[in-house]
Amino acid sequence: MYVAVKGGERAIENAHAWLAEERRGDTSVDELSLAQIREQLSLAVNRVMAEGSLYDPDLAALAIKQARGDLIEAIFLIRAYRTTLPRFGASGAVDTGAMGCDRRISATFKDAPGGQVLGPTFDYTHRLLDFKLAAEGAVPPAPSAPPRREPTPHITEFLGQEGLIQREPESDAAPRDLTREPLEFPADRALRLQSLARGDEGFVLGMAYSTQRGYARNHAFVGELRIGRVMVEMEVPELGFAIEIGEVELTECETVNQFKGSKTEPPQFTRGYGLVFGQSERKAISMALVDRALRWKELGEDNLGAPAQDEEFVLSHCDNIQATGFLEHIKLPHYVDFQSELELVRKLRREAEERIAHREAAE
Amino acid sequence: MSDYNFAYLDEQTKRMIRRAILKGLAVPGYQVPFASREMPMPYGWGTGGVQVSAATLTPEDRLKVIDQGADDTTNAVSIRKFFERTAGVATTEATQEATVIQTRHRIPEAELTEDQILVYQVPIPEPLRFLEPRETETRKMHSLQEYGLMHVKLYEDISQHGAISTAYAYPVRVADRYVMDPSPIPKFDNPKLEMAAVQLFGAGREQRIYAVPPYTRVVSLDFEDYPFEATKADHACDLCGAGDSYLDEVIMDDAGGRMFVCSDTDYCRTRREATA
Repeated sequence: MYVAVKGGERAIENAHAWLAEERRGDTSVDELSLAQIREQLSLAVNRVMAEGSLYDPDLAALAIKQARGDLIEAIFLIRAYRTTLPRFGASGAVDTGAMGCDRRISATFKDAPGGQVLGPTFDYTHRLLDFKLAAEGAVPPAPSAPPRREPTPHITEFLGQEGLIQREPESDAAPRDLTREPLEFPADRALRLQSLARGDEGFVLGMAYSTQRGYARNHAFVGELRIGRVMVEMEVPELGFAIEIGEVELTECETVNQFKGSKTEPPQFTRGYGLVFGQSERKAISMALVDRALRWKELGEDNLGAPAQDEEFVLSHCDNIQATGFLEHIKLPHYVDFQSELELVRKLRREAEERIAHREAAE
Repeated sequence: MSDYNFAYLDEQTKRMIRRAILKGLAVPGYQVPFASREMPMPYGWGTGGVQVSAATLTPEDRLKVIDQGADDTTNAVSIRKFFERTAGVATTEATQEATVIQTRHRIPEAELTEDQILVYQVPIPEPLRFLEPRETETRKMHSLQEYGLMHVKLYEDISQHGAISTAYAYPVRVADRYVMDPSPIPKFDNPKLEMAAVQLFGAGREQRIYAVPPYTRVVSLDFEDYPFEATKADHACDLCGAGDSYLDEVIMDDAGGRMFVCSDTDYCRTRREATA
């Protein structure tokens, strides 16, 4: 009887066995291969890489398979693995200006050097279920064109030439590392961007959306959104020069925002910035909007008390691994603290009843 | 699991955690920020305690893990297994035999000794958090010893309910300096916080470590006319008869029948075996 309320090793082992069986599902249906997940669920893979902070499509596919498609669980698996990896060093900053763009659009200029390239986007698809996909997925090859050889300059550079957009301070100082130092406030912009880059897509989207609806509104134009591959270079001390160690797919978004000017700054445009692993443009745009909202202090703007302006609020709550862990821990036993509350409530009720009885007797 | 280092964490990380522990011991009750790692169990499930234990364990140690006072609750079993696999240390359920005890929500009933380390899992390390949600503000309040808000809260409890309505995670003042959250132990356990063993507190998600060195003065906050009172259910244990241990209330049937049993399973078993 009493033992029944306590858990046990057997219960845990059996639960794990059942979980494994459920993960596999009906065995008369073919098992998913990692290659299938990597190739055909690539946007899920991208999200797991972005929020897991580890660029490895095969590991992300494995995590998705193991997590039964629960992406936050998959992100958790990747984070827990990532933290055990040895660190050999840091790469140089990637040059997104040299990106081989699959997609590159600007909402601020009709045309610009490099052109507008729609790329593989859902944007103008009509959201009608394609029942043919349920049967067979064979697709005719898409039309192709030779890739652009020369680099594609950033749209904001054109504004910068006229001094119309705020110049960001340049620095060669190594930024603080969110994964190696405790997060402390105030956080500088590099740290905020790190946090947002691995932040939960839904949370960052909700925060960004709130700025569009008037909570610290700062109308953002998508100056540029680009998706493509960039080279990653690393300085090897033994060699004395940088070598290419691979390439990663990135989504970069720069927003152009109005700025009326302040005591120290003339009227000019300012920017919000988003950079995310893989093709993750919803996340990149959201990140840029939230980045811009968090910059109110350095731009001398008013604190409107909006949630998206509050770095402590945003950064402390955007990590879905922290959030889901703490949220779900309330499933754990709390017999002891609940018992102490039970006794307290009983005691308070007893005392309240005594007071009432006492008052009635006096009347 | 042979791919992992002893007790899972790499040596650099353990060193970083040990530095935070030493700083915590040097400044009792002060919350030391540390670069908490993602662990292979969820935040909120003892990752702070697990990291502190991992940095504390040596191969010769004997580990005990309890949750709600019991060795066989699911999460205690899970954490004990984790260290069996990653550190290969000996484990025990006997409080006296353990050199390191990781706990959630309880202090063992048996008195601990100078040879033992008690590691607490902490969900919210900041005792002022629910009075002031901002970390930037609460850190300032600690540095200025500005604890008036906490006393006002306790006073308001008394004026509204006739008693201080905090039953667990009851705030204490450590070494006459820092106000500290003892983790969600029932206030029954508060008097035991002055002990011979080293007490380490780990909050993984909140990235904080703090400590109470042996024989340090730990005072539960109260008022002269409303002194602190360590309370428990007004029963004796229905299994071992102990009148001095903290009790779990267990519902026995749908007619409201219930029994009270020790929450510290080792204490209860030891007493029953002694009389058997």
